Amino acid sequence: MPAIITKDLTRNFGDFTAVDHVTFSVEKGEVFGLLGPNGSGKTTIIKMLTGILALSDGEAFVDGLDVRKSPEDVRLRIGYMSQKFSLYDDLTVLENLRFYGRVYGLTGKVLEEKIATTIERNALQPYIDRQAARLSGGWKQRLALGCAMLHDPKIMFLDEPTAGIDPVARRRLWDLLFDLSGQGITFFVTTHYMDEAERCSHLAYVYYGKLIADGTPDSLRELPEASPAGTHRFEISSREVTSALRKARQLPYLKSATIFGRSIHALVDDHVQADQIVADMASKGVQVEEIRPLVADLEDVFVELTVQRQREIGEVVNV
Amino acid sequence: MSSLFAPFRGFLAVFYKEALHMRRDSMAIMFALIVPLMEMIILGAAIDTNVRQVKTVVYDQTGIMEGTNPAPGSSQTRALLDRFRNSDTFRIYKYVHSEKELNEELIAGRARVGVEVPVDFDRDLLAHRSAQIMVMVDGSESAVAGQALNVASAIGLDESLRRMIPADALPAIDVRPKVMFNPDSRSPNFFLPGLIAVMLLMITTMLTAFSVVREKERGTLEQLMVTPVKPLGLMMGKMMPYFALALVELVILLSFMRFLFKVAISGNVFLLVLLSLSYLFVNLALGMLISVKANSQAEAMQSSMGILLPSIFLSGYVFPRDNMPAIFYWLSNFVPATYMIDTFRGVILRGAGFFQLWENAAVLFFMGVVVLLLAAKRFGKMVV
Repeated sequence: MPAIITKDLTRNFGDFTAVDHVTFSVEKGEVFGLLGPNGSGKTTIIKMLTGILALSDGEAFVDGLDVRKSPEDVRLRIGYMSQKFSLYDDLTVLENLRFYGRVYGLTGKVLEEKIATTIERNALQPYIDRQAARLSGGWKQRLALGCAMLHDPKIMFLDEPTAGIDPVARRRLWDLLFDLSGQGITFFVTTHYMDEAERCSHLAYVYYGKLIADGTPDSLRELPEASPAGTHRFEISSREVTSALRKARQLPYLKSATIFGRSIHALVDDHVQADQIVADMASKGVQVEEIRPLVADLEDVFVELTVQRQREIGEVVNV
Repeated sequence: MSSLFAPFRGFLAVFYKEALHMRRDSMAIMFALIVPLMEMIILGAAIDTNVRQVKTVVYDQTGIMEGTNPAPGSSQTRALLDRFRNSDTFRIYKYVHSEKELNEELIAGRARVGVEVPVDFDRDLLAHRSAQIMVMVDGSESAVAGQALNVASAIGLDESLRRMIPADALPAIDVRPKVMFNPDSRSPNFFLPGLIAVMLLMITTMLTAFSVVREKERGTLEQLMVTPVKPLGLMMGKMMPYFALALVELVILLSFMRFLFKVAISGNVFLLVLLSLSYLFVNLALGMLISVKANSQAEAMQSSMGILLPSIFLSGYVFPRDNMPAIFYWLSNFVPATYMIDTFRGVILRGAGFFQLWENAAVLFFMGVVVLLLAAKRFGKMVV
């Protein structure tokens, strides 16, 4: 049985539909990444699955339990780490751990053992008597994760766990997640980072409350919507990348183009070859330094999906 | 058994955490322990509502008091003014020599009372005619004016009677007043018991009001919502450390009242503390209710003030309830401090016992339960 199942999950705030008939399922032991721009409904989905928000419509099962019928049993099986890390700043590392352990009914020897394990796993030993306010972002995040997992949850919800922490801590967290998922714990993670998305074993993309993609990173890269038939991609490098983009958009065979660093990712008709692009750009006064074929990466996929979705709902598109 | 305690799940964990917060928060402890004490010292030492030593200016046209060209036979004037001087109410600080000067002293606010004795005062008295004196009172402070008028009239009446009744006769009616419970009419006896009730209200309501709001602002409340903690467990766990702090403060305030300001406790001090428990409970519950409704600490602060002010003005702490218009008297029934102040004054001043006062405690306990359940209900609805 999957760890998480949603069916037509919907949440309205007045007239506004924050989450619109979202259906997906997450298998046990997966690292499931939920992606989407800010305000697209990621946090709202997490809040419904963890019982902080009621469902407006649809159903959701966590570890086989209906979140509407047995929210209390669900709470004992899940852990949740919010964007703000939710620690008590004036309490020490040890006191934070003790508090969250006791909240889950752990006492005495069991509690001390769990705390010892958590401290060891997160290498928190040097800081146990330090107040949480005086920890750096990465250590705060380790402590928050430790607090959220003291009671051995089967399913962990992490809402943008790496927002505002340094790259080393970010990398370390992901290593830990894979380590733990190997032990059978399911992770539900929201993020905007594409490199993090690439590491997930299962991805879903929400945009304005709608689920518009769901699958493994590989299957998403091969989505026909992202790489439409009769097109292929090039990475075009140029010294003046902004003006190059403006010029490139005047090319009749160009479907879309986006800047990545010092180069442009361009989707063009598949009868057009690199030589022709270099020549056409040169005729517009732009010298192409390098051009090479490109396989769509996840960011291309999500940009493409977003643009198509924006066309569908009639937004002004500028790609 | 477990089902009985189920609604309080998480109580011990939250209690542990809140006790740590309190220990770390030296500002809160300062606020809770020191501020009420300072208020008590200021109020106990500075405020005396008994009118004494009112500055009085005299225009004595007979001139006898200063010995300047005294009019013949002016001893009657001296006897009258001595009565004024010997009363504790008036303090004659200056003699003036014209009506203009007399007026000026009053207008400038240097004198609250002006007495003018006409030049023929003695002559009229000796001739068994009615003699007049004029007493002008500054009405801008009504308590002072009222007391000054009463005492001045009483002096006049007394002097008149002395002249009309033979020396060995007794007055027809002899009123022997006896002021019970606060025989010296000391202000601290009246104000300090009420002050304790108001101070306890302030510290308990405000400290708890901040506690849930602070967690909302920090985002930790959201984390708690995902745990198995129950609303009542969370709220009781938050209230108890402040309950203990308020009890300590109650004992401190009572000690200062008793030993520094010498307000004797006529009744049983343990009964007093016992009857206060339900008052602390209702105040903490009010703080919780505010906290659950407010979205920011500023909002919680304003709501606390909204509770504090009616408690000061409607509870009988400052203004006697018996003088209130019916609507306010009725409203004061819903102010917890009303019951506590009545209990405090009852035990401390009147020596009342449990059977005279248990109803107050029962009403407060009932209020506390209602408020706490409202807060718990509201808290449960935060999962929306």
